[in-house]
Amino acid sequence: MSTWVAVLAAGAIAYALKLAGHLVPARLLEHPRARRAGALLPAALLAALVVVQTASDGDRLVADARLVGLGVAAVALALRAPFLVVIVAAAAAAAGVRALTGWG
Amino acid sequence: MPADPSRTDPPRTAGPVRSARRQGLSVGVATALYGVSLGALAVANGLSVAQACATSLLIFSGGSQFALVGVLGGGGSVAAAVAASSLLGVRNALYGLQVGPFLRVRGARRLLAAHLTIDESTAVGAAQGTDPARRTGFWVTGATVFVGWNLATLAGALLGDALGDPRRWGLDAAAAAAFLALLWPRLRQGQAAAVAAVAALVALLLVPVVPVGLPVVAAALVAAAAGLRPERPGARTGERGGDRAGEDA
Repeated sequence: MSTWVAVLAAGAIAYALKLAGHLVPARLLEHPRARRAGALLPAALLAALVVVQTASDGDRLVADARLVGLGVAAVALALRAPFLVVIVAAAAAAAGVRALTGWG
Repeated sequence: MPADPSRTDPPRTAGPVRSARRQGLSVGVATALYGVSLGALAVANGLSVAQACATSLLIFSGGSQFALVGVLGGGGSVAAAVAASSLLGVRNALYGLQVGPFLRVRGARRLLAAHLTIDESTAVGAAQGTDPARRTGFWVTGATVFVGWNLATLAGALLGDALGDPRRWGLDAAAAAAFLALLWPRLRQGQAAAVAAVAALVALLLVPVVPVGLPVVAAALVAAAAGLRPERPGARTGERGGDRAGEDA
């Protein structure tokens, strides 16, 4: 139930934000500092999500097979692999480490 | 679909419009493919197939969806998940500013255009040289990504459902990789890379201290603080790159 609340609320806000860009007079959003903060936001959030998704289990910091998966993803990205290849390589690396060593 | 017949110079506009359509289709198809990972990860993180599909229909912005799913799956509250998802959607408002002037739409079309205003449609649209080509690029990309993304999400969700224990298949690592892949093209810009590094450190330090989901939201404050600082002279050139439509298309 609460998952539906999250999905619907996030959907409503996502659409409101998109529409705002089309409706709000440009000068309101075009303050240089606001633009800069808005432009930096995705990088900050995505970096935090990488950390949380890789190294945490709830409110604990953990090191497990996901670290290996992330390392493989970084190598794939550096080699300019397509998105899907990056994802599959990371999953395969983590699954392989777990299957072969039992770690993480 | 906007296909403005150019009265003055047809040969010069037909080419760009056709090329915009081709670009839109190929970007759309390529992007839609990673909807499969989103669908599988959503189900692995505890969403039902219907909920996974609803995120693609309603949120329709990859980063926001991955964030929602990631925070919920990690045990975060509804509020933390919605906050993380919505903060990632703020950039779409900036895209609206960028595409609005060349789309020149009103009423129902504008409501539709808003929903399709995402990284890819903005990037392809803005990259074209003439307004008719920009409009074609935006609409073709937006429509192709929308259809493909939703079908792929359904396929991924059904696949994820069939796979069972997500950790056995490394799907938890796949989620981390997805965020890294979305982040990667933004790291080329110096200030964004610095902000990302600080945000990552802040999140790492906060995980054991604050409730699940909040470390991600705190990272937004890092970005805001960096962006709101008075501009250094000579830093102007760096700022343009970051607010362009994402290359994470």
